[in-house]
Amino acid sequence: MTDTVQTRHVPDRLQGRAARLLKSWEALLLGVAIAIFVINSFASPYFLSAWNLSDATFNFTEKAMIAFAMALLIISGEIDLSVASIIALASTAMGLAVQHGAGTPELVVIGLTVGLLCGAFNGFFVTVLGLPSIVVTIGTMSLFRGISYIILGDDAFRGYPASFAWFGQGYIYWVFTVEMLFFVVIALVYGVLLHKTNFGRAVYAIGNNPTGALFSGIRVARVKFILFLLTGVMSGIAAICLTSRLGSTRPSIATGMELEVVTMVVLGGVNILGGSGTIPGVVIAAFVMGLVTFGFGLLNVPGIVMSIFIGLLLIGVIALPRLWAMVAARRKS
Amino acid sequence: MTRFIPLREAILAGAIFALLMMIATRFAGFVAPSNLANVFNDTAPLIILALGQMVVILTRCIDLSVAANLALTGMAVAMINVAMPGLPIPVILAIAITLGAIMGAINGILVWKLAIPPIVVTLGTMTIFRGIIFLISDGKWVNAHEMSPAFTGFARTVLLGLPVLSWIAILTVVIFGIMMARTPFGRSIFAVGGNPHAAVYTGINVGKTQFWAFVVSGALAGLTGYLWVARYAVAYVDIAGGFELEVVAACVIGGISIAGGIGSVGGAVLGALFLGVVKNALPVVNISPFWQLAISGSAILIAVAFNARSGRTKGRIILKSAETAQ
Amino acid sequence: MTTRTAASTSPNDTPIVSMDMITKTFPGVKALDQVKLDLYPGQVTALVGENGAGKSTTVKILTGIYVPDGGTIRINGDAIAFASPNEAAAAGITAIHQETVLFDELSVAENIYIGHAPRTRFGLIDKAAMHRAATKLLDDIGAPFSAHTPLRDLGIANKHLVAIARALSVDARVVIMDEPTAALSHKEIEELYALVETLKSQGKAILFISHKFDEIFRIADRYTVFRDGAFVGDGKIADISEGDLVKMMVGRSVDQIFPTRSHDVGEEVLKIVGYDHPTEFADINFTLNRGEILGFYGLVGAGRSEFMQALFGITKPAKGVCRINGDIKVIRSPADAVGNGIVYVPEDRGKQGAIIGLPIFQNITLPSLGKTSRNGFLKLAEEFKLAREYSQRLDLRAASLDQDVGNLSGGNQQKVVIAKWLATLPQVIILDEPTKGIDIGSKAAVHEFMAELAAQGLSVIMVSSEIPEVIGMSDRVIVMRDGRIAAELAGDDLTPETLVRHAAGISTPTKGAAA
Repeated sequence: MTDTVQTRHVPDRLQGRAARLLKSWEALLLGVAIAIFVINSFASPYFLSAWNLSDATFNFTEKAMIAFAMALLIISGEIDLSVASIIALASTAMGLAVQHGAGTPELVVIGLTVGLLCGAFNGFFVTVLGLPSIVVTIGTMSLFRGISYIILGDDAFRGYPASFAWFGQGYIYWVFTVEMLFFVVIALVYGVLLHKTNFGRAVYAIGNNPTGALFSGIRVARVKFILFLLTGVMSGIAAICLTSRLGSTRPSIATGMELEVVTMVVLGGVNILGGSGTIPGVVIAAFVMGLVTFGFGLLNVPGIVMSIFIGLLLIGVIALPRLWAMVAARRKS
Repeated sequence: MTRFIPLREAILAGAIFALLMMIATRFAGFVAPSNLANVFNDTAPLIILALGQMVVILTRCIDLSVAANLALTGMAVAMINVAMPGLPIPVILAIAITLGAIMGAINGILVWKLAIPPIVVTLGTMTIFRGIIFLISDGKWVNAHEMSPAFTGFARTVLLGLPVLSWIAILTVVIFGIMMARTPFGRSIFAVGGNPHAAVYTGINVGKTQFWAFVVSGALAGLTGYLWVARYAVAYVDIAGGFELEVVAACVIGGISIAGGIGSVGGAVLGALFLGVVKNALPVVNISPFWQLAISGSAILIAVAFNARSGRTKGRIILKSAETAQ
Repeated sequence: MTTRTAASTSPNDTPIVSMDMITKTFPGVKALDQVKLDLYPGQVTALVGENGAGKSTTVKILTGIYVPDGGTIRINGDAIAFASPNEAAAAGITAIHQETVLFDELSVAENIYIGHAPRTRFGLIDKAAMHRAATKLLDDIGAPFSAHTPLRDLGIANKHLVAIARALSVDARVVIMDEPTAALSHKEIEELYALVETLKSQGKAILFISHKFDEIFRIADRYTVFRDGAFVGDGKIADISEGDLVKMMVGRSVDQIFPTRSHDVGEEVLKIVGYDHPTEFADINFTLNRGEILGFYGLVGAGRSEFMQALFGITKPAKGVCRINGDIKVIRSPADAVGNGIVYVPEDRGKQGAIIGLPIFQNITLPSLGKTSRNGFLKLAEEFKLAREYSQRLDLRAASLDQDVGNLSGGNQQKVVIAKWLATLPQVIILDEPTKGIDIGSKAAVHEFMAELAAQGLSVIMVSSEIPEVIGMSDRVIVMRDGRIAAELAGDDLTPETLVRHAAGISTPTKGAAA
């Protein structure tokens, strides 16, 4: 060691962005999406129809809206399993309002407000009382849907105003639905929020090391609380779209959707333990899940069999790279 | 120096007792021994599954596939019974336990060998198991009249005043009581969840212990699968749908820490009993059964908030005055 | 204590354990390269080396956690290979670790006997026999608690006793002590030394790992030195001087020389009045001036870190006033503290300092994002500029700035944490045990840097348990004892003797402070 090296130069980056992108999870997933698309278009002559493809987007748009917010929440090291129950409660509240003569604007406000309040409720238990989010949201999952059951029992709410149908059944232009517009806008908003803002950076920092983030002067509890609020509001938006599309509310609405949302997020490359993941990844995962469901649907495969595929996909996408690494390591030695 | 765990159980037992007393003031029939036996029998599957889930949660994992495992095993043994009505019940029991254990082992191997987070693994296998039921049954039901009388009768046979289902639950509790307190496996479960890093240094294989925890949970789910189908005399794709959350709820209410390492057999049993009493009491006190979901949700929140408060570790006490004031 | 096993009656120059040509490679790193290590019965062998020398890898190989890629381990002359920690334990090798690696939810007896509890005829754990045996072991080492006590009710020193009882319970032939005194007070360390003597007299071979040279020369019979994963030398402690041992360890001679400082201090920056906490500390008053290094000395558990965390807003004091540049400031969170120019470099770098998983540049800019962004939107070019500036200033060694901070060595991680705080342009920097666990070479660099910071007008609070460091670096020293300020020392009053006296409470006439 000589003393001449006064200022050591550490380069900013070793790898170009392109090289990094090529090796990414998102690239692999995009390959899967394209493969599924090609296979589907060979398997069924009806697949490559603009209207059919447009219909297919309903398979994922509502779930994906929640998945974007959920992605941020999971990256921060928390989880919200109550999202489908928030949809049920928000939808029930809207149905109740309709019985009292509420119009479309009021319904939208009610849907969003219920979502926000549910998110705040979860956020309070997790960030103020410091309880584990998985247990809290398993609890509120029962509680929120339970309230819907108390209000509705075996009944259903119907009679939503005609203008309310716009959200879940409307088209912006040709085959492009209102929900697609929501999907694109929300994806952009969350992409920017996570990847281009200080808030997004804080989310990553908290997910990788909550104590370290706190010691770095980040208001950890506040960030997490906001993330629960966002997830609640997104569930509210999804509730508006889903209720509008179905035209009725039953307490069993969206049952099990939380698992599909989590699957979408994990499939999108978000680490379930927090700390890493991207919005583009979740977007591609949404398409993969939508295309699989749609393609199987065209081939008359029942929904429950599709769920086998989704389950295998969820485990497979994580297991295969690890298996591959294990095999490679064994071959080396 | 008071041990904390029995206190927690005592409070829960007190809450159940108070609940029973409250109901008894207006509906004395509810606390009649015969009705309590009914309540217990009705809660038996939840108790058995909660014990399996407890073992898994203690090792810092979670098993969301228990209800799907139960339903798949139930369907499988029902179809076996239809195909071979003469197969004796012990063989059916062995098949159910083995099938369940195999499904648990699949979860366990993915967690152990591939280090995939348990919540992801069991979310996946949950949907896969349900899907397989549809594949093997073609979506059809197996109804009471297709099953042999011995098959459906076993769980309901009354021995010494209690149905076999109840006795199996009691037996499971006893076995688990001994296993958790008196076997190296039981102690290593606490060690793995309490301090996995240290467990490695004491020669305990963390992944392997988690694997066996999943096998235990799966075996119990399989056992319950047969008992469930026999008791209700029907098997179809959606039986016990969402039951996994009730099982987790029983554990949480019973004071089993989702972070692992803290919990007891007594807690899990009491947590299950609490939910069972609430469920059975609702129709008696004339509250719509639709309230049950919201009540168990609230119970989870209250229980986890309560346990976190009392379990919070005290900081190191440095000041002498503070030490004497304690 | 008087019974000797057959093995130990043989001459003490035949090793029980003999590791030879041991090699262990991890992806990208050769952790151990053909090292050798011998452990002799009834003797303490100190394993000496800087961080990254391969000490912990050696421990993990000896305890069966890692399988070596090459080389042989012989026990009493027989070559063996441990496939699992169980096999190492069965061979009589047991370890007592830095962190107390035990189980809070189990009782003391269960902790001692986990993995090898006495069984009944039915294969169940024989609780009565277990408690009897545990009670005897605890009596032997003079432990002041019962075998039935839940472990969580014990303090850190008593947990150490449990770990030692455990080591005795397995009838270990080899006991590994990995930094056993790191968390202990002076009195507890003396008790540990006595226990080591007991173990020696029972003919056990002891592998002792420590960064403290006084400890090594006090307790070890032999030494083995590793450097950068390679064997450097071994021998008897009696045949070597402290200086030569340090030279072997670092590959050059290092005198512990502290930078010369001007001791010119400016106006008052921070004034703390009457900080009180219900259980941790009370009646803390002091001032800190511009360009000053204020040392905080005390025994482990004197409340220094607890007070610093309150000053930084992590815990809340019940009462007290904090004035910065004369103005009263209320600090309720670390964010408030950083906003008011107070930053804290914690003792636990892995957990509280660096954000492992984020790249270096993002770690450095994390508290300064307000400066490198516009309206809440990130500006990467600005971030890299800031990160470049401070990584150069601290002479950071890394492959690139977008490398995960987790891939850096401990010393370089510490540099990232310090860079992160300097980039916020603070007024007061609190360094909690800044050189703990850092090798001698890096230590000097940290001291140099602290002096430079003070010379530039930054006020430094340094919490340290190392007397030479406290005396060598500080302008003034506050000594804490039992959560209170015991003394404030400067100039000629600042000697090792006064520090120890005040920290231990020897100079106070009112007795009864012996904890």
